[in-house]
Amino acid sequence: MKATKKEWPLWEVFVRSKNGLEHRHFGSLHAADAEMALENARDVYTRRNEGVSIWVVESKNITASNPDHNGEMFEPAQDKVYRHPTFYDLPDEIKHM
Amino acid sequence: MDSNLYNYILGIADNNLILGQRLGELCGHGPSLETDIACTNISLDLFGQVRSYFQYAAKLKGNNINEDEVAFLRPEREYKNVLLVEQPNTNFAYIIVRQFLFDAYHLLFLQELQKSKDITLSAIANKSIKEVSYHYRFSSDWIKRLGDGTDESQAKIQNAINDLWTYTDELFHQVEADKILIEAGVGVDVTQLKAPYYSRVSEVLAQATIQVPDLKYFQKGGKQGIHTEHMGFLLADMQYMQRAYPNMTW
Repeated sequence: MKATKKEWPLWEVFVRSKNGLEHRHFGSLHAADAEMALENARDVYTRRNEGVSIWVVESKNITASNPDHNGEMFEPAQDKVYRHPTFYDLPDEIKHM
Repeated sequence: MDSNLYNYILGIADNNLILGQRLGELCGHGPSLETDIACTNISLDLFGQVRSYFQYAAKLKGNNINEDEVAFLRPEREYKNVLLVEQPNTNFAYIIVRQFLFDAYHLLFLQELQKSKDITLSAIANKSIKEVSYHYRFSSDWIKRLGDGTDESQAKIQNAINDLWTYTDELFHQVEADKILIEAGVGVDVTQLKAPYYSRVSEVLAQATIQVPDLKYFQKGGKQGIHTEHMGFLLADMQYMQRAYPNMTW
């Protein structure tokens, strides 16, 4: 038999480390379907008690920006400091800004 | 020392120890990165449980014996694990079938052990049960995936079931220590687990489109220390460190 090894599709894994925090991208893995992706994610990324919730999404469903277009996408923002709210005095009571 | 309790603990823990060793052999050799990590995770869970059992056994034995001596310095005939768990990693189908046939038993067993009058044993069972529930989910999912998969994967699972089925009956045999400890409210009556076990296992196999073998004669002996030819090789590998460097620790 010809050894044509079919790879499982790639999945992106997002883990919420604690209740109240957002899901963060942890990495990717291979799995045959969503259910297996969840189990694999549990074993690959949360075996040291890193999470309380896992999301998986097949990598092909993610639309990514093209690095070749970084110029027009991002650079125009660089010289517009007035877009950052850094000119206000924040009261001490407001944290995490 | 209560030698019945000591032997009883070994009878439980040796299954975990030997299956954990078998799964550990897969470290770096699993069929894919994901299944490799999953199998070695299960191995680590089992070793974690073994440590609790053997620390308890070592305490019963006294004389400053530690868990490593209980685990690594016994001759083959003194290991009381069932024959099923020492069977080799022939291929992924055998690994999954062996795991499934053991997990289904292990889960039923721990559910009963939780009710033990021995608080240490019931605490270990209580702590292990979440891990083992996951093991059972993992292995039964794979049985269904591969059994109800391609012609080739189905044939491989069927083949492994046909080969390993002969080791299932031994899980429900009682030894001397069992009888005494059941009397004391400490031990689990494994004969009572047999009917729920076969009904649960058959149900998963039916979903996996796998035939349940029709077998009249079953293998036994592990619980008496009479092992298959694979056991010596496994122990040589497992005991090497403690034999070559006595009392070594990491």
